[in-house]
Amino acid sequence: MGGALTVARREFAGYFATPVAYVFIVIFLIMSGALTFTLGNFFNRGTADLQPFFGFVPWLFLFLVPALTMRLWAEERRLGTIELLLTLPITQWQAVLGKFLAAWAFCAIALALTFPLVLTVNYLGNPDNGVIATGYVGCLLVAGTYLAVGAAISALTKNQVIAFVLAVAVCFLFAAAGSPVVTEFLSTRIPALAEIARGLSITDRLNGFSRGVVTLRDLVFFASFIGFWLFANAVAVDHRKAD
Amino acid sequence: MSALIEIDRLTKRFGSFTAVDDVSFTVARGEVLGFLGPNGAGKSTTMKMLAGFVTPSSGTARICGEDVVDRPVAAKRHLGYLPEGAPTYPEMTVAGFLAFVAQARGFRGSEADDRIAHAMRLTTLEGVRLQPIETLSKGFKRRVGLAQALLHDPPVLVLDEPTDGLDPNQKHEVRRLIAQMAPSKAIVISTHILEEVSAICSRAIIIARGRVLADSTPAELASRGPSLDAVFRDLTLPQEAA
Repeated sequence: MGGALTVARREFAGYFATPVAYVFIVIFLIMSGALTFTLGNFFNRGTADLQPFFGFVPWLFLFLVPALTMRLWAEERRLGTIELLLTLPITQWQAVLGKFLAAWAFCAIALALTFPLVLTVNYLGNPDNGVIATGYVGCLLVAGTYLAVGAAISALTKNQVIAFVLAVAVCFLFAAAGSPVVTEFLSTRIPALAEIARGLSITDRLNGFSRGVVTLRDLVFFASFIGFWLFANAVAVDHRKAD
Repeated sequence: MSALIEIDRLTKRFGSFTAVDDVSFTVARGEVLGFLGPNGAGKSTTMKMLAGFVTPSSGTARICGEDVVDRPVAAKRHLGYLPEGAPTYPEMTVAGFLAFVAQARGFRGSEADDRIAHAMRLTTLEGVRLQPIETLSKGFKRRVGLAQALLHDPPVLVLDEPTDGLDPNQKHEVRRLIAQMAPSKAIVISTHILEEVSAICSRAIIIARGRVLADSTPAELASRGPSLDAVFRDLTLPQEAA
């Protein structure tokens, strides 16, 4: 675990050593705020909650999180530093976990900085702050799933653009799997697949969290989803590191 | 234990191409082994396998008795490795980068500080300790890579072209440093510079197309022909043509 934390600390500091961190956070805050107040109809809905915000976050993350993960391994391979990293006395698994944790902590900070929204609804009305808290947990878990997917894809290529585009595409599959368009299409044609698609849908899982419902099933889903992609990441690093 | 590095029938194939073909040698404490060969001869691949970065197709490599495939973390603890091109994280400062390496090697607090200070002193990096690595000249970058490899005072050093990109004075400095460390360590360096081998190596291996062609002292090799250069050409040119 020590090795993973060492890698995580270096990686985390790396975000702030370049403009990446500031661009990401500023764009995320502007977009999430703007979407919540305009498309989300924050004021006219007449309810004091953050439903519209939690509705937009997974779609924002869909584009922003792959921008974070595209460099995780692709950059190491391009610079050759992967050779340095993997010849230090740490396991590959620790390196994979460390990079993931750094990116996840960074997403947590970006989410935490949306706190003015929480203050605003509390000032305007009497929201259920427990529901808001579970909504945030759900958003963080969604960020974690996208990160795990993006990091694994980044390990497959030296090219950051390819890593970005593929990660967006794969994350989109899991985000859109539960949308009415997809499920209706599938249930009329291939009913068996409709169930599977809904089961794998990330946005469906988030709905529970943003309504304040946290089930063990959902937690197990997120944990195993992230675990699976981290495992894929470790395998990809092992096979492609020296290419 | 005499041999700190033991390589036994090491082979690496990439598809149908054999980069390293059945290479065996050992390096004992106090030896400085010069690894010579034309570009693409398999020098770097052999070193990468020794460092546990490339997985061998067959054969074994051991560092201080620890197999690099079966016990990678234990083997890497005993190893200081300078990869080809001395890669470093460009946005980090010299001190920050060495602190990361110290931490990854398990040093904490004042011990880490002492190790970093010592490594910077050995490679004369004190003047640039707070500069981002990307702003440094090629010679300084190489020395940062060297400092990283020396930080934990490892019994085994594997340096892939340690003097590449250095000016003559810096080359001299690095050679002096290697010579000074030689008695207590097993050192493998790869180089294109044949005079360097005569200057600091106690032994030289010439490799071409993945095979070991000669394994002897630099003096003995040089005595086989008019000069070490000529012997090197005679040994490797027929291989290149084949």
